[in-house]
Formats: sequence, C-alpha cells, structure tokens
Amino acid sequence: MNNYRMHLLVCGGTGCTSSDSLKLVDELKESIEKHGISNEVEVVITGCFGFCEKGPILKVYPDDVFYVTVKPEDAEEIVEEHVIKGRQVERLLYVEPNLKVKLEGQKDLPFYKKQIRIALRNCGFINPEDINECLAADGYQALAKCLCEMSKEEVIETVIKSGLRGRGGGGFPTGLKWKYTSNNASDVKYIICNADEGDPGAFMDRSILEGDPHSVLEAMAIAGYAIGAEHGYIYIRAEYPLAIHRLEIAITQARELGLLGIDILGTGFNFDVELRYGAGAFVCGEETALIHSIEGARGEPSTKPPFPAQCGVWDKPTCVNNVETLANIPPIFLRGADWFRTIGTEKSPGTKVFALAGKVNNVGLVEVPMGTTLREVIYDIGGGIKNNKEFKAVQTGGPSGGCITKENLDIPIDYESLNSIGSMMGSGGMIVMDEDNCMVNIAKYYLEFTKEESCGKCTPCRVGNKRLLEILDKITQGNGTEQDLADLVELGEIIKDTSLCGLGQTAPNPVLSTLHYFYDEYLAHVREKKCPAAVCESLLSYIILPEKCVGCTACAKVCPVPCILGEVKKTHVIDQSKCIKCGACYNTCKFSAIAKR
Amino acid sequence: MAMVNLTINNQKVSVEEGRTILDAANKLKIKIPTLCHLDLENIKFVNQSASCRVCVVEVEGRRNLAPSCSTPVSEGMVVTTNSIRCIKARRTMVELLLSNHPKDCLICQKSLDCELQALAAELNIREIKFDGERARHEIDISSQSIVRNMDKCILCRRCETMCNEVQTVHVLSPVNRGFDTFIAPSLNLPMNESTCTFCGQCVAVCPTAALTEVNNISKVWDALNDKTKYVVVQTAPAVRAALGEEFGAEPGTSVTGKMVAGLRKLGFDNVFDTDFAADLTIMEEATEFIHRLQHGGKLPILTSCCPGWVKFFEHQFSDMLDIPSTSKSPHEMFGVIAKTYYANKIGIDPQDMYVVSVMPCLAKKYEAARPELAHDDMQDVDTVITTRELAKMLKEANIDLMSLEDEDFDNPLGESTGASVIFGTTGGVIEAALRTAYEWLTEETLEKVEFHELRGFDGIKEAVIKINDLDVKIAVAHGLGNARRLLEQIRDGKATYHAIEIMACPGGCIGGGGQPYHHGNMAYLQKRMECIYKEDEGKTIRKSHENPYIIKLYEEFLGEPYGEKAHKLLHTHYVKRVKM
Repeated sequence: MNNYRMHLLVCGGTGCTSSDSLKLVDELKESIEKHGISNEVEVVITGCFGFCEKGPILKVYPDDVFYVTVKPEDAEEIVEEHVIKGRQVERLLYVEPNLKVKLEGQKDLPFYKKQIRIALRNCGFINPEDINECLAADGYQALAKCLCEMSKEEVIETVIKSGLRGRGGGGFPTGLKWKYTSNNASDVKYIICNADEGDPGAFMDRSILEGDPHSVLEAMAIAGYAIGAEHGYIYIRAEYPLAIHRLEIAITQARELGLLGIDILGTGFNFDVELRYGAGAFVCGEETALIHSIEGARGEPSTKPPFPAQCGVWDKPTCVNNVETLANIPPIFLRGADWFRTIGTEKSPGTKVFALAGKVNNVGLVEVPMGTTLREVIYDIGGGIKNNKEFKAVQTGGPSGGCITKENLDIPIDYESLNSIGSMMGSGGMIVMDEDNCMVNIAKYYLEFTKEESCGKCTPCRVGNKRLLEILDKITQGNGTEQDLADLVELGEIIKDTSLCGLGQTAPNPVLSTLHYFYDEYLAHVREKKCPAAVCESLLSYIILPEKCVGCTACAKVCPVPCILGEVKKTHVIDQSKCIKCGACYNTCKFSAIAKR
Repeated sequence: MAMVNLTINNQKVSVEEGRTILDAANKLKIKIPTLCHLDLENIKFVNQSASCRVCVVEVEGRRNLAPSCSTPVSEGMVVTTNSIRCIKARRTMVELLLSNHPKDCLICQKSLDCELQALAAELNIREIKFDGERARHEIDISSQSIVRNMDKCILCRRCETMCNEVQTVHVLSPVNRGFDTFIAPSLNLPMNESTCTFCGQCVAVCPTAALTEVNNISKVWDALNDKTKYVVVQTAPAVRAALGEEFGAEPGTSVTGKMVAGLRKLGFDNVFDTDFAADLTIMEEATEFIHRLQHGGKLPILTSCCPGWVKFFEHQFSDMLDIPSTSKSPHEMFGVIAKTYYANKIGIDPQDMYVVSVMPCLAKKYEAARPELAHDDMQDVDTVITTRELAKMLKEANIDLMSLEDEDFDNPLGESTGASVIFGTTGGVIEAALRTAYEWLTEETLEKVEFHELRGFDGIKEAVIKINDLDVKIAVAHGLGNARRLLEQIRDGKATYHAIEIMACPGGCIGGGGQPYHHGNMAYLQKRMECIYKEDEGKTIRKSHENPYIIKLYEEFLGEPYGEKAHKLLHTHYVKRVKM
C-alpha cells in the first residue's frame, strides 16, 4: 500500500459527473503519470461535496484547498502548479460574492461555515467504491461495538435516547420504531431502507448512497441486530443508476470482508441486504405502498393499522427507515446519544440535510443542525437571492409542503415549527422563490405533480386533487371567481381530512398555504384578472416600451401572427387584440424594450 | 376474545377486539353509510380497501377522519358519526365520485339497483359542487358474458377482491394511476382474451354498472316474435329460489310454479326444466364415476356442470384435463336432447327450434357459444338469460309474478327429482350423484338420502361414504379460490379423493353472477340454500335414476347411460388454454 503525500479529491456525484468531473479525473491521472509522480499523489473519486452550484469540485488533501468549477483542461495547471510547485491555482478558488475575496479552504467558505456534517460526513471525503477508505474513516466500528458490546435492548435504548427522528418526512422517533418491530415476535423480520427519494429537487439520499453507501449498510445491520431481522431490502429508484452501482460494489465488498452475510464478525449474527428497484412512483415512498411494491404488487398504500412493525413485507414485522435516518446511526453509537443530543433542538436533535434550490445563489446540499433558521440557510449558506431580487417565499417539504414567507424566516427549523406554519419538514426539499414567481402558478405546479403521482386508490386524492387543479387552472386562465377561492379552501381541507395516505393528506398544502399567505395575489387573479408576477400567460400582455424601442424590427420579424406594427427606426406597437402571447418578441428583443404586464 | 369498550355518538358499546368502528356502530344500530365496503361473512371475505372514504367518522384525538370500515376499535375510543364535519366530508366524497360519473341513471342498466344512486339519494345530493372533466374509456363488449364500462367505475375495488382474493383468477386489477386509473384485465386485454372464467362474481358485487352482464333480452323477444321459431325455455334449479326477490318476495321464497306461469305468459312454446337435464347428468356422471372406479380409470372424478369452473381449470390446471367428467353441463344436455329427441317427437325441424336457458350464471352465456357444444351446425343452446334478465322481461311484459297462479312444467322435459333441484347449491351435485351411485353399486335402497356433511358454506367440505367395502372419499369446493387450493393439493399428491364437486361461485349457483343482487347481504344466500333443500324434501322422487321420463328417454332414444349415443350427444372435451 502506498503512502501518498497528497490526495486530489474529485467529486463523483451525479451533478459533477454530468459536468465532466470524470474526464477531469482522467486528465489529472494522465498528467500525474506524465510527471512521474504517481507514487506520490492519488486522485480519488468521492461522493458529493454538496456545493453543487460550483461543481465540479476538486479538493486538495491535506492542504484543504478547495477548487470550484474545475474543467478537464484545468488538470495540467493544477498538477504543475499546485501539486508539483506547491502554488495554488488562484483563478479556481471560490470568490466570496460580497467581499470579492478568494477563499482557499473548504472550512472558510460561508457555504460550509454553519454546516455540521453527520449524515454527509464521508461524502466528499472517501472513495465510496473502496471499503478500505470507509474502514479508515471508522466504518463498521459502530456495528462491531453493537454486536460485541451491547445487547439488543441497549442498542434500541441508545437510539431512543439519541432522540433521532425519521428524516424521510414523518419525524417518527426511530428508536421507538425499532422497539415496536422488536416487540412483535416472529421468526422472520425485515429491515427496509427507503431510498425511494421522490421529491423533485431532493437528492440527499442519492448523495449519501453515492458518497457513503457503507454507512447505510452498517446502520441496516445494526437495526437488523436490534429488531431481530436477518434480511434487509434497500428500495431504491431505478433512476439512480450511480447509487445502485455503488451500493452493489459496497454490498459485494462488505460480504467479502464478512461484514454482511453469515456470522458477522464471528458473533453468530447473520444479516444480508438485497436491492429492490422502484419504478419511480412518488407514492412508493409511503411505507405501505413501498412494501406492496417490494412484494411485486401495485405500489399503493393500505390502511394502517396494521403498521409495518406488526405486519409488513411478506406479512412479517418490518421496520422501514429512510437513508438519511440510517446514515445518522453509526455516529450515534461511536460518539454517544448524549453527543447527538447536543446538536439540534430538544425535540429534534441532530442535523437535517436540505436540498437548497430555486432562486438562491448557492444551490446544493446542506446539512445544518436542527434549529437553524431559514434565514441562515438561505442567506448565510445559500448566499441570498439570485440577481439581488427580492425574496418572496421558501417552499419546504417537497411537493406537499407549504410556502413560508419572510415573516417566518427566523423560525428555527424543526418538525414542529414547520408544521405550525403550514409547511412540513418532508424529506428536506427547500425551494426558494423570488418576486418573479407567481404563487398561484407555484401551487398549480406542485399540485400537477401530486395529481400525477396519486395512485388513484382513494376518492379524495384521485378525484379531489384533480378538481382542485381544475379550479387553479381556471384561475390562472383568468376565469376564476372569489367563490373559487373559497372552494379551494373547502375542498383542500376535506382532501386533507379524508385521504388514505400521506400523499393525499398533504397534497393540498401548497394550495392552502399560498392561499393563506398570498391571498391578495389570488385576488388579483380573480378580481382584476392580473398576474402580479407576470407569469400566468393568459393574464399578461406584452407591451413595447417606447422609451427603449429603437425600431430594429426584430420583434416584428419573429412575430408569428403577425401583430407588431411599426416602421424601421420608429417605435413599434403590439396589437393586443391579435397577440397570442407566445413570447417570441420578448425573447428576441435585445434592448429590453418589451415588457410583460 | 377480549372485549373493547367504546362510545359512539354518546352511546356505549362493547365489541370483540379486532372489530371495526363500523361493526360497533352496526351493533348499536347506528347507520354509517358505506360504499366500497363489502362483508361477505359466510365466506369470510371482506373488501376493506377503504378507498371510497364515504364511511369516515370522527375519532377523538385523531387528526383526520377515520374510515370506519377499516379502523379497528380501541379501548375508550370516542367516535362521532354524524357531525357536520363527517357529513360534509361524506357528501363531498359522493359528489366527487358523481363528478366523474355519467349521469345517465334513467337509462342505465343498474338504475334502481345501483348503490351509488341509492347513496346519492340517501345523502340528499342534488347538485355537484366540484364538477369537472370526466374520464372516458372504451366499453369492453368483447365477451359473451360481461360488459366492462369503466366510465361507471368508482374504484371500490370489490371486483378485484372477488376476482383475486376470493376466486384467485387474477384477471381484474387497476391499470394506470391517479385520475386515469381504471380496472382492467392484465395488459389491458379485452375480457375475451383474458383468463376470465366469466363466473360473474365481479358483476355480482359491482355497486354500479361498471360491470354488468351481456344483455340478451332483445334476442329472446325477437325469437318469441318470430313465427317460424319454436321457442322452448329451460330454467336452472337456482333461479326459482331467487327470482321472487326481484318482485318483492322474501329471500328464500320458492316461486317455481309462478315462474312457469310467467314464462308461459311471455309466449314460450314449451316451458321445461333444466332439473330434468340435471337428472340426466347424474345418469351420465354417476355411470362415468362407477366406470372409472371399476376399470382403474383416473380418479378423482371432478364435476363439470359449472362453466366458470371448466374455463378455470382449462387455464390454471391444463395439465389435469383428464380428470374432470366429460359430461356436458345440464343445460347443454337439455339443449341437445330438445333439438334431437324432443324435436323429433313433436315433428319439428331442429333448425326451427330455439332453446333459451334461464340461468343464475354469466358463464353460461359464454358456454352456450363454445364451438364444441353444438351438433349438426346448431349450438345446443341458442341464448342464455340470467335470473335478473328474466325478471326484467316479466316486468317489461307487465307480469306481476307474485300474483300468478302456480303452473306445472311441460312434459317430457319438465319432470324432475329432488336430486336435480339441489344442483342449485354447493354440494348438491355430488349429493345427487351419491344417491344414484350408492344404489347402483350396492343394489340396495338408500333410505337416508341427505348427506349433511356435504352441505353448508364451508369453503371445502369433505366426507367419507361407505359404499360396499369401499370408503369413498368425497370433497366439495365452492368459490374458485377453494377449488384452486383443493386442486393444488391433489396435484402435489397431498390429498386423494374419489370424487369432487366444484362450483365457481360462493354458495354454488344460488350465489351465481346472474342472480338478483344481494348487495353484500349474505343472508340472502343462506335463505336461497334453505329454499333449495326444502324443494328437494317436497319432491316425491328424490333420486335421479328414478325419474320416469329419464328412464323413458334412455329406453326410447339414448340406449345405455355412458353408451355410444350418450357419448356423442351428452359428453364433451376440454381445451388447454393459456395461463397468464
């Protein structure tokens, strides 16, 4: 085994690999080879660093120099300058946008300053395809401790004491879930890892599986030991080929080292894991639907009780835990439940990973202690709103979460506080919106998603959400009335009250929360037939601003109707009676002389 | 069983642990409207999809409303069933269902038999607040038995429970998702290309007109009005035990004589009885059984009267096609005898004879069209209508069944024994066969003709009957799920029997897919069963081989039971079909 003086850690997550990070790796290796320093420097493909906005990321270890938006053609310079001559490549350092200073270390970046990485601890640090790197980072130590030093009861008690709650959205105490499954006697039990990450925009589970698959396997084995299960399933979306690939490698390597399989670590404990692929149905994140899908049945939920802990997959007691939840388990055993409780809030200890997206400067994956405020996440970590626009709302909890306005930006994030303001934790999607977003349109967008993803089993979700969407559509078309707004609330509340599973019970949330916080915007749509954000096509008009129009005729040339009148070098005018609102002129004008009103 | 105490609408009640809020409310006689819920108590199946959400109630301490049909009771639970919140939610559920439903109730097949219609009336729904786009589907009229009109489906999933759990046929399941969900055979195949057995149990439980029978009424009217046709009708044993229900009679009222009178009024040239042919079936099947027993033939012998069962084993047990009896079903035997023996007797060209079967069954419609059940280019039976369709015809003709004077069937194909009547209920065929086989094998008179161990609603019934020195092992299964279990045991060599009776429908023909709708009230089946056995008791002749007209039929026409002519006319063969 070689002792390298330097490691070049290159992000191999889905985001960075789509931006050619693997080609960068090849170029780096080639250059290192060329300079004859292959025995000194190693290039490591790691999991996601989280700072996806600035990918591909390359981190030099142990120097802690953090290069951003690195291209394959930068490889030679990095090797020649940094690796050989020890001089940083300044132009690839991150520039702090407000102070315009270059920051060299990962720890210096505002994006990372407020983060505490527990679930993501090894992402961007180890090579997920090499179990030795995982072992060097204390991998499987927690399993060894549980199997060799602790009874099942002590293991469960530790998780209960840690206060860890389900990170998939529900927030149910993980230790209690283990205890209930443990209490149901059966010769066969199952532990399922829910990796059916369905929220559009959320990718923390994918990143953990891509960057640190062993942490999940280790946690599943610990859970198996605690509840008395020898079989584990990972239910993962088939759309996650890289995560599947790395899990397959991890499972094989763990089996080779006897960390999965028969008689693990000579303790007599048997445990193995199988992958099951989901076909990309959002509802299969619901645990009963997930279980039906694993069994080969239609992925739709069934009434609880019986709970999976009583009667789950193949009618056996089953514990279903989400990826991020499981990734928190090993550190809890290595550092103790008390340590875990020092992070986060009293009712929600630990951290939560959020997928920060939308109109925010630093899009990416962030892990913050519970209790961090939304303002800190959006402004300090996220770097504020893009293009200095005004913040309008942040949507948390995925497609069935709610929208939160600036009045509530200082609320500390935890399960209860988000619920209290009409939103929810969900799996950790966080989408930031600015003044250019129409909230009616946003509600419609989310409802379109949940309507499409409804399994169709129960009446309120199947027909009710369709009707809600039809009303929203009517409003955005300019045909809405004030009665429609009242109807949205009435129907939305009934859907929440009567639906069978979590999907239907939360689907109206985006509608209800935007109605609550942005009622005036809805009113403008129905009363004045105007979309204040100028998003709803039917309600806006394109007009030419005389003061900016130079009479270049470009707009008149692209207009398909045509409805733009005017002579060369003279101000043009749009005939509103003919305009079909296609937006072609708006996209063509080089002088910003066309406005949407 | 531990008892659980709870309060519903301020009334205290105590029910067994594991029961639902709905069960507890029923005990208090508090009505909670339901739609998808279906409790088939005597065959121990419940449709508990909890999908319609009509039966929602408030439970103290619970965030959202609870579906009472599938929420188990717990100690100290406090339930309210009639708050504004419940009523509003319930109404909205029905309104939402109606918003996606054709509102052509006046001319709908199920008008006045539709549970959705009844519920809408009960909840006083006079307008639909949240109306919108309706899902449109092509109507599946591919089969001879079942029409599938998914525009009228409310996704209660009862058909799925019936098809998959009770019958284990696994044809019907949801396709697509969300608003586009509908119920279809796998791969969305048309019914006639699926492995459907046409047992019609899906139709029997469908609350709306999403699944209905293929309506043959107009064909029968046309035949009756065709002066060149000599139209004869036969009625299956189970029809007489249920037809009265359509005319307001108590379930279990036998209307044999009135039914005969009604059919005559409709204009049939002869009113005959499938029971006669059931006696004929016993002659053939019992002889075949004895033949197999005495000549080392394949055992067990399986009955073959039920066309749903026949199609089921052709698909699912095609490796065992040599064990069912080759005897045609009674109405098919009737058809062929009518068009040969009887047509000849009355001097009519068989081509001019039109045979109508009134059956409790939808599979009989499919069976009548099977190509091998024909001779001289004529189908043995021309048209099959169900008990329900006969009731509709009588009503169309303004015939008030219950006020008619009893009349007797015509002869010679109308005389029957008690043995043939019990064909209408589970266990009846094998009991009838035993009455004859016993006497033939022992050459002694069977004094006690009832075999009680073969009666009742147990899914699989067994009996050992001592005949001479042989312990004859008998099994009876009703419902195709039970049939599957029994057949799998036989295939795996885990069980051996001499003879087995199988009926596709729970309860046998009394619970057939063409019978008046029981709407989940399984007491109806119990009453019909009692009616059938009472009819048997009232008969002077109770053994098939003693039917004088049957004896005469063999003397004048067929020769020996299981003989050459009988083989040609009364026996059939089976087809290997795909299993999906």
